[in-house]
Amino acid sequence: MAVEVKVIKKPGRTVAEQLYVPEIAKGLGFAMGRFFKNTFGPKSKKEIATVRYPEEKIEYPERFRGIHRLTQRTDGSPRCVACLCCSTACPAQCIYIEPAEYEPGDPRFGYERYPSVFVIDELRCIFCGYCVEACPCDAIRMDTGMHMPPSTRREHFLYDKETLLSIPGRDGTYETANMRHEPGDPTHPGIDRERGH
Amino acid sequence: MTTTFLVVSALVKVAVVLLITVGAFAPVLIWAERRQSAMIQDRLGPSRAAIVLPDGAVTVIDRARAPLKGLAAMTGVVALLTLLVLSYIAIRGSNPLPIATSVLAKTLAGTGIAFVLLRIGYGVHTTIVRNGGRIMLIGLLHPLADAIKFIFKEDFVPPKSDKLLFSAGPIIALIPAIAAFAVIPFASTLHWDHLDQVLPRTGAIAGPAIPMQIASINVGILFIFAIASTGIIGAAVSGYASDNKYSLLGGIRAASQMVSYEVVLGLTLVPAFMVYASLRLEDMALWQHEHFWGIFIPPLTLAAINFFVAAIAETKRVPFDLPEGESELVGGYLTEYSGMKFGMFFMGEFVEVVSLAAIASVLFFGGWDVPYLYRDGFEFTFPFVAGSFSVPLVHWLVVAIQFFFFLFKIIVLIWLQLMIRWSLPRFRYDQLMSLCWKGLLPVSLLNIFVVGAFILSGWLDQWVAFFERIF
Repeated sequence: MAVEVKVIKKPGRTVAEQLYVPEIAKGLGFAMGRFFKNTFGPKSKKEIATVRYPEEKIEYPERFRGIHRLTQRTDGSPRCVACLCCSTACPAQCIYIEPAEYEPGDPRFGYERYPSVFVIDELRCIFCGYCVEACPCDAIRMDTGMHMPPSTRREHFLYDKETLLSIPGRDGTYETANMRHEPGDPTHPGIDRERGH
Repeated sequence: MTTTFLVVSALVKVAVVLLITVGAFAPVLIWAERRQSAMIQDRLGPSRAAIVLPDGAVTVIDRARAPLKGLAAMTGVVALLTLLVLSYIAIRGSNPLPIATSVLAKTLAGTGIAFVLLRIGYGVHTTIVRNGGRIMLIGLLHPLADAIKFIFKEDFVPPKSDKLLFSAGPIIALIPAIAAFAVIPFASTLHWDHLDQVLPRTGAIAGPAIPMQIASINVGILFIFAIASTGIIGAAVSGYASDNKYSLLGGIRAASQMVSYEVVLGLTLVPAFMVYASLRLEDMALWQHEHFWGIFIPPLTLAAINFFVAAIAETKRVPFDLPEGESELVGGYLTEYSGMKFGMFFMGEFVEVVSLAAIASVLFFGGWDVPYLYRDGFEFTFPFVAGSFSVPLVHWLVVAIQFFFFLFKIIVLIWLQLMIRWSLPRFRYDQLMSLCWKGLLPVSLLNIFVVGAFILSGWLDQWVAFFERIF
């Protein structure tokens, strides 16, 4: 059986390429064109990729995960019910929560807890967003659009409850668009004290 | 002409040359190289070094903007009106010379300059306010910041190095680069007694004549070769003295590369001596002033390209920067250097770039020659059209125009070198050597014979006559 051999011609160089000079001129022309376009060309034609950072900023994408915030209820208290889902889900173990009971007599007493201490170590955080995913109450969010303000002291990166509550979302509000069903509220989906067990 | 006058004029010339090369061109080149490369690569490049103004100053600057804008507009309107009146008079057919010295012309010049300055001032103020009170000067402060950094950096000397040679290396590399400027003419002869007169185009002028050149020596271009080859010692010595194998290899590479290209550099210029029939750079510039630029003589065009290639290799810059070859040799002979010593090497490299551009412009691009500018002013003639249009100029203005046009030529050639640096990849060492010995050397030897034939057969004279008839 005859084997068909397809001879592929090795791509050679043309005389112009061997002479260097025309190719060099071509390369120079390309670089010069680029230079003139980016330096003196009209603004719409420029292809400068860098920005002068503090003066010019590029908008982060909508789902950018910035530093955390704790959302508030309408009365300004944290929505967090201290269920510890976020600190459990956190792969970096950077969330520390101390849950506490409401005072007896409070409508939420016996149904929800609240965090008496809520600290996020932003230096350990890997900004994976698992805490936001885990939260059943939409209480922790990363929609601030901010990154950490720099500091020279480690303590400054331990964000406590008050700090986290004081950071607004990108829309400037401290609450979320998701409705909060307070115990005693007719919209409350589950059992509550009025409807009985 | 007294001795004092000679000494003072020589010192002034030295100061001007030093100021231009080391003071102005080298720092601006550091800036230009970075910003230009950035622009080619779609980046902005370093532009953030700034002098921060106090808050109060920003308010003052902000308040000054409106009056500046108003004044600029006013002077602009006045200048425009004067221009209209002047052109009306000119069209009506009056003799142009009285107009040129009239009150109107002076008003136009004054308001025009004032308008430009005020407008620039307004722009600068606006930029400062926009940048929040930081003066950035489009990144020109970076070389300054670099210099401050270099000066305050630790001056590290490797413990087992040859201390004396290690310190001498950068100096040996820098001094010859600057010394090459001694023989470069940067304008035509200045006639001190006739500064504000319109001189006749030809003929001898009485009174002291100052050649605009530091040293007019009869070996001229050979002096530059001699001095430039001293630069080899700087690189080789610093490579040896660093007590580092990479440095040593870099030094060896630098030495062999520069020695090889020194030969080509000399041979490429032989055709130029033959055509101009002189070794003095001022005579070469004068020949081109009287005829036309050397680049337009075909064999010299080839010589110019060869010279440019060899000269870039001589300055050890991309694509011939194998002595530094950071992918193989860390930093070559620069590896152990830091601080101001490193800075001196780079200063030397940039000054070499400037001197190379200056030599190339004197040899092939007419030196200080400005097209259509003669000793008595501009005279524009047009090919195939009879008649001419002339603007007489006073002597100091003629020399100033020549000087600045020479600087402009240098800038263009430097720009070309920087473009080459950012466009071409580095050669392999054997390619570098074969380009020199098998490529450029035979071509330039052949070129000498071609030019010889060109001159002996009388074609050169015919070409010169033909070219002068066209232009």
